[in-house]
Amino acid sequence: MDGIHDMGGMHGFGKVEPEPNEPVFHAAWEAHCLALNRAMGYTGIWTIDQTRAGIEELPPDIYLMSSYYKKWAVRLENLVVARGLAGADEIEAGHALRPGKPLKRKLAAADVPNTLTRGSYSRPAAAPARFAPGDRVRTKNIHPPTHTRLPRYARDKTGVIEAVRGCHVFPDTAAVGQGEDPQWLYTVLFEGRELWGDSAEPSLKVSIEAFEPYLEPA
Amino acid sequence: MASNHQDHPDHDDDYHGHGSELSEMQLRVRALETVLAEKGYIDPEAIDVIIEAYETKVGPHVGARVVAKAWANPAFKQALLANASKAVAPLGLLNRIGDHLIAVENTPQQHNVIVCTLCSCYPWEVLGLPPVWYKSAPYRSRAVNDPRGVLADFGVTLPADTAIRVWDSTAETRFLVLPMRPPGTEGWTEERLAALVTRDSMIGTGLPKNPKDA
Repeated sequence: MDGIHDMGGMHGFGKVEPEPNEPVFHAAWEAHCLALNRAMGYTGIWTIDQTRAGIEELPPDIYLMSSYYKKWAVRLENLVVARGLAGADEIEAGHALRPGKPLKRKLAAADVPNTLTRGSYSRPAAAPARFAPGDRVRTKNIHPPTHTRLPRYARDKTGVIEAVRGCHVFPDTAAVGQGEDPQWLYTVLFEGRELWGDSAEPSLKVSIEAFEPYLEPA
Repeated sequence: MASNHQDHPDHDDDYHGHGSELSEMQLRVRALETVLAEKGYIDPEAIDVIIEAYETKVGPHVGARVVAKAWANPAFKQALLANASKAVAPLGLLNRIGDHLIAVENTPQQHNVIVCTLCSCYPWEVLGLPPVWYKSAPYRSRAVNDPRGVLADFGVTLPADTAIRVWDSTAETRFLVLPMRPPGTEGWTEERLAALVTRDSMIGTGLPKNPKDA
């Protein structure tokens, strides 16, 4: 999706403003918002890629104007309603008006420590990797209206395979309910000037993590 | 902090705007949590344990221990750079470090910077939750085409002949920068070394502390 979230290389956002001694959370609701998202993710009703798509699909003005955790809160409301887990009327009322649906699992307090570790996204490969380190590749010029992890600034560009990272869940299909469709993942290295032209510092190098369907031999 | 904003909602516009979002969001998240709990999808006790973990257990002190060990122990450094998930797992820092962690080494020739231009991917297990600036539009937009300018925003100036390498975290791989060990720390214990390792030095937007200031 060519959305506002795909920010690499955009101009006009100003300086980065680090906050000295930044707290983990700036308000109690942020902490609860994070934890609610984690606990609902644990139920298995949606995938991580579907939650990322849920942020990307927010209207651009809402995306830019909302704090990070506000985006997470709005996304969670949207997902809960879209999956029929609760009605908008219930969220509005702040109470359940109807019984819940059965879910695969529910996160108990005692199990929380085990969920602090990320799961593995590696999957068995259906075929050998098409590319090897040192191969020159060109990223495809694709513009899917749905979730993808190939950023705009790195489309239709020539780079070099630096590393093969294994075979992973493919976000582009996982995000739209079409399954994991595992694909080989590569670190692809680009010269800064390939991405940004002569304005780039000559020594700059930028890499992306690219799934095999994004690439063709160069 | 939160109650402060609610108690004084009538200050200038900026303050009022922020205060409004705060109280609106407090109510909104509380409503959502109540509904999800009453529906039986979440256990409020688990919510409290998750919050406590991210406030107290997971944080950049974990990554700092990894970096300090790599500085002090060449065999561990080699293992870390070869397969960070595997190398870090036996340290018992958390229950277990997940897959796909990759450590990248700074050298006099190359300085590494980590970003996620598409969202906010960040190595939570070794650095905790990402700071606001890491998730912000200015960082995500500029890190890939003006990293030296971004470093200047952090007050960091690198030698002109140090090349910058930016890693865009566009998949489930996660990156940890192994900064250069500061000179003047020969013979230091891992614990003392860890105190020099800042969060930003493990993202690539900062450098370790000067041993003279530690």
